[in-house]
Amino acid sequence: MDIKIRADKFNFFYNETMALKNISMNIFKNTVVGIIGPSGCGKSTFLRSINRMNDVIFGARHEGDILIDGENIYDKDIDVVGIRRRIGMVFQKSNPFPKSIFDNVAYGLKINGIKDRSYIAQKVEKSLQDAALWNEVKDRLSKSAFDLSGGQQQRLCIARALAVEPEVLLMDEPASALDPTATLKIEELIHELKSKYSIIIVTHNMQQAARISDYTAFFMMGELLEYDITSKVFTKPSKKITEDYITGRFG
Amino acid sequence: MRNPYRTQKIAFSLLFLATLLIVVPVGLIVIVIIFKGFPAINWQFLSDIPRQGMRSGGIFPAIIGTLYLVAGAIIFALPIGLLAAIYLSEYSKENVLNRIIRLAIINLSGVPSVVYGLFGLALFVVFFKFGASILAGSLTLGIMILPVIITTSREALESVPDSFREVSLSLGVSKWQTIRHIVLPNAIPGILTGTILGLGRAAGETAPILFTVAAFYLPRLPKSIFDQAMALPYHLYVISTQVPNVDEKIRYGTALVLLALVLFMNLVAIIIRYQFRRRKKW
Ligand SMILES: Nc1ncnc2c1ncn2[C@@H]1O[C@H](COP(=O)(O)OP(=O)(O)O)[C@@H](O)[C@H]1O
Ligand SMILES: [Mg+2]
Repeated sequence: MDIKIRADKFNFFYNETMALKNISMNIFKNTVVGIIGPSGCGKSTFLRSINRMNDVIFGARHEGDILIDGENIYDKDIDVVGIRRRIGMVFQKSNPFPKSIFDNVAYGLKINGIKDRSYIAQKVEKSLQDAALWNEVKDRLSKSAFDLSGGQQQRLCIARALAVEPEVLLMDEPASALDPTATLKIEELIHELKSKYSIIIVTHNMQQAARISDYTAFFMMGELLEYDITSKVFTKPSKKITEDYITGRFG
Repeated sequence: MRNPYRTQKIAFSLLFLATLLIVVPVGLIVIVIIFKGFPAINWQFLSDIPRQGMRSGGIFPAIIGTLYLVAGAIIFALPIGLLAAIYLSEYSKENVLNRIIRLAIINLSGVPSVVYGLFGLALFVVFFKFGASILAGSLTLGIMILPVIITTSREALESVPDSFREVSLSLGVSKWQTIRHIVLPNAIPGILTGTILGLGRAAGETAPILFTVAAFYLPRLPKSIFDQAMALPYHLYVISTQVPNVDEKIRYGTALVLLALVLFMNLVAIIIRYQFRRRKKW
């Protein structure tokens, strides 16, 4: 299988605190990677290292490399804005802009200089369909995004990320604030999306990781302790501590 | 034994009294000026030039002069103030220099306005050789209101949630575009409020325009930005203290126009702020 994202001996520091230690992993095309681990173990930090969202944090620095299609995203000459366009992100807390539903999805396109209205409209519809939200909002695209329910807002955020046609989708506990029905919708959606994207999803929920991910990575105190095919991690983990975590003995 | 109920009552009365002490004088000033000034207000008073050594006629040149000065001040102060606020809120790192700049801005807003006047005289009138002119007066007023504009704009920018910035960046939008398309639009009501409060201040001050632009008596409209101009606060000062036997009606009428102008601007600022609070959903 083709490697989409590759982390190579990646270390990350917040000032003097080491948040990621020697992370090396390959993430393949069109797969869903679930990242699990106790809170504070560095899951979000790792995710945000992949699209360089940590750049904006004062005192943050890294060692080692992360590559996308073999290209080092920490290369000096790389276009960071372009990297972020290729690697989309959905945040834990749904965060629509104070704009209409349509304008939320169209935002990335319009900013990137696309003027063709019918193309934008088409793209917005497609993204909303891909995010399984179209049928619920097609009659009120000009209404404020804040009028949507929590689950709908999160799917809107997914549509907004999809609209700029990323290659990779990073999701940081996208369903943690949602009720079971909305969570199920998001899970189905992730299943649909993997035919087009590589998806890396952080989740607190073991069952969810088992259900939706092809590969599972177990992080603990900044280290990647286990990374393998999901069924293997959940049935025959190579480390005792992984088993303890998965079976809920701590965490 | 102390009676907590009575203590509370006394405290309440004291607080109420303090509030009254603030509200009553303000209310009295407004009422007195309205009652004494209103009879002077008519179309001729607002649209005519001063006549007979400012003892009759109208105050039109002073109104226009003040409007010019306020407009000039804002043309100068808004872009600079806004850019400074954007720098402070979006680009500068939290460090000693930043703290010094913030402190300096706070201190600047406490500088007496006559000091700005002297500064404007030295810099714009004398050094840059603009002479006493609308240009020099506007720039002086602009500098005076810069701190207000910077401070309120910075607060408005900083009140835009960081999550908006994050999402925008994560969509492959550059930092400047994020500021331009997400941060600024959401901060505009706050920026407007600050600007209008600054305008109100600029319209009402006498000291900064005293040496830089204000004409004692100029019964015509200014011809260019290098011309002197009359202005409401200075005109009021002149007819109240420098010219004998001006009818009380005219003095209070001038005061009323000035007061109305300033209060109107503050009212607009309050309305914008209120509307914004009501609509804001995050
Ligand atoms: N902005 C930050 N500044 C300093 N330390 C941080 C910051 N963000 C996270 N950390 C620290 O880094 C470690 C990993 O955090 P995080 O990646 O958010 O963990 P997780 O997402 O697995 O809960 C934690 O110890 C956390 O306190
Ligand atoms: Mg996290």
